[in-house]
Amino acid sequence: MISVQACLDGILLGILFALIAYGMALQWGVMNIINIAQGDLVILGGYIAYFMYLYGIHPAWGVIVSPIIMYFVGIAIYKLVINKVVDRDLFISILATFGISILFMQLMNFAFGADVVLANSDYGTTMLFNSNVVLPNSKIFSAFISILFAICLVIYMKKSKLGRAIRATAQNSRAAKILGVDTEKVYAATFGINAALCGVAGALISITFTIHPYMGLPYTIRSFMIVIVAGLGNLPGVAMSGMGLGVFEEFADYILGTEFRIGSVFLLLVLILVYRRFKLSRKREYLK
Amino acid sequence: MNKNNLILYIGILTFGIAAPFIFPAFKVQLSILCVLIVLATTWNIQGGEMGYNSFGNILFYGLGMYLCASVQVGMFFPLAEWTESGGEKTFVHTPEQFFQGMAVGLIVAAVIPTIVAGLIGYSILGLRGHYFAICTLGLGVAAGEISGGIEIIGAGQGFTTPPFPNVGSLESRGEFFYFLSFFVLIMTFIAVRGIYSTRFKLILNAIRDNEDKAEAMGIQTMKYKIVGWMISAFFCGLAGGIMGGLVGYIDSTDVAFDGREMGVFMVLMAILGGKGTLWGPIIGATVFHIFKEGFWTFFLGWQYVALGVLIVVIVIYFPEGIMGWLREKYPQRFGEVIDEKDRKAQVELK
Repeated sequence: MISVQACLDGILLGILFALIAYGMALQWGVMNIINIAQGDLVILGGYIAYFMYLYGIHPAWGVIVSPIIMYFVGIAIYKLVINKVVDRDLFISILATFGISILFMQLMNFAFGADVVLANSDYGTTMLFNSNVVLPNSKIFSAFISILFAICLVIYMKKSKLGRAIRATAQNSRAAKILGVDTEKVYAATFGINAALCGVAGALISITFTIHPYMGLPYTIRSFMIVIVAGLGNLPGVAMSGMGLGVFEEFADYILGTEFRIGSVFLLLVLILVYRRFKLSRKREYLK
Repeated sequence: MNKNNLILYIGILTFGIAAPFIFPAFKVQLSILCVLIVLATTWNIQGGEMGYNSFGNILFYGLGMYLCASVQVGMFFPLAEWTESGGEKTFVHTPEQFFQGMAVGLIVAAVIPTIVAGLIGYSILGLRGHYFAICTLGLGVAAGEISGGIEIIGAGQGFTTPPFPNVGSLESRGEFFYFLSFFVLIMTFIAVRGIYSTRFKLILNAIRDNEDKAEAMGIQTMKYKIVGWMISAFFCGLAGGIMGGLVGYIDSTDVAFDGREMGVFMVLMAILGGKGTLWGPIIGATVFHIFKEGFWTFFLGWQYVALGVLIVVIVIYFPEGIMGWLREKYPQRFGEVIDEKDRKAQVELK
């Protein structure tokens, strides 16, 4: 029964990871930057929902408010920093966003304090299988909302004018520019949408789990991992590997103990990258 | 030119030896500066020269720190009881035991990370570009999280390194660590300078500029990459061992595997000074350390905010670093000859 519990927990958690990873894949594909501050945007989104909770508004409304605020935060970050590193070396973008990550971490620490907080949604729990498996309704709610947002975004990317421009830029930014796409605007919008997605995920995390100013980096690493496992622009893959990661984490938590949870995530990243390297090197031809 | 260099080296050496007596209050800061220079210089071997930008050298640094302290304690006392007592004065090192332990500890702290680098090098150095950067970032954080769960080295509550024994005057602790780190700094400088004047450095540069081409030219790139990383690991481990003794207390995520501080610092210092130069990381580390200490003192609490802004500003506006800027300003000093005719033609074109 514990494994069923861990599986269900993991899948519900993994859907959230997949939402964050989708944002990562979006900006990686379109702008070719890796955003280390991704996780910190998630946490910031979580704090917005938490603050609504503190002022007596039901934190579920954070799902709507937080992406709107985060969209503008994303645009601001883009205008200040990201647009200067877009067409530079990838390492520069990694380091620059690492700087943003440290900055955000500390600003959040000042603004909100270093306590682990949780926005209580009072959704109650669902019991399954003779109450051997306990699922908080908030987790089911968050998974449902993430799927909803993901579907909305996919439709938006397919149908709207901006979505088409974003996809065109991802395919070939130079050709898109020639054909009259304002790539600068597209980049800003992409980063804004990514930040908004982070905001949604963060609001959901603040309801279902806990948030803390320094918890950002693991979310970045998880989304990076999901993206490299799934590949860019492979949406079902992102969803599947997100859930897989969630299940892995729950089992690692259960078998190794909570203190090794984050460590196992990072180790898994290393293992996946090494596995990928050996798989790729078999394809590569070189002189021996 | 050579004579000038010699005078410069002698000047720096004299200053280095005299420094703790001129500024007795800053001995600890000077020792940290030496360690920082070692870290930046060795990061530069594979970050600047080889083009493999690693966030993971902190792994070797932390490993060296833990190893040195554990050996120093474990040689004479049971390690588990030591960490359990949390630095209580149940076990006291005699001066001989302390120095013996330190010596053996430093050797272990240098050798084991080198071996580790060699072992994981084959799998990790096959990654290219940003995959390597993220993978090493993951390694560093994973090491911190995992070592924070191991009981025998103190787990979450930390590990107190053996206190300095009562020998000589009150000043002797600072002097001992200063000269130890200064010695390691000189060793690093000589080694790196030696490396940079050999074919090895050219091969590393070839790997940075175009790895596939270098491979096609018959260079076994993997071998050189691993050796380059092992050299880095050797000095990082040594620096970590010294830093552990200097700080006196090891915590898994805040002191040893502190990717948020030391792990970024070494990258930042090398970039600030200028990647891929001998003097760049040294200048960068010095400037950075002075700036950092000033900031840490006057803006207490805001230091990480300042650090974040600093990283962004340096990366965006000074990716070439101080040395790169100097090179642009005074190309003659760097042995670049400017063709007057060519320059005039260029000016006319403008």
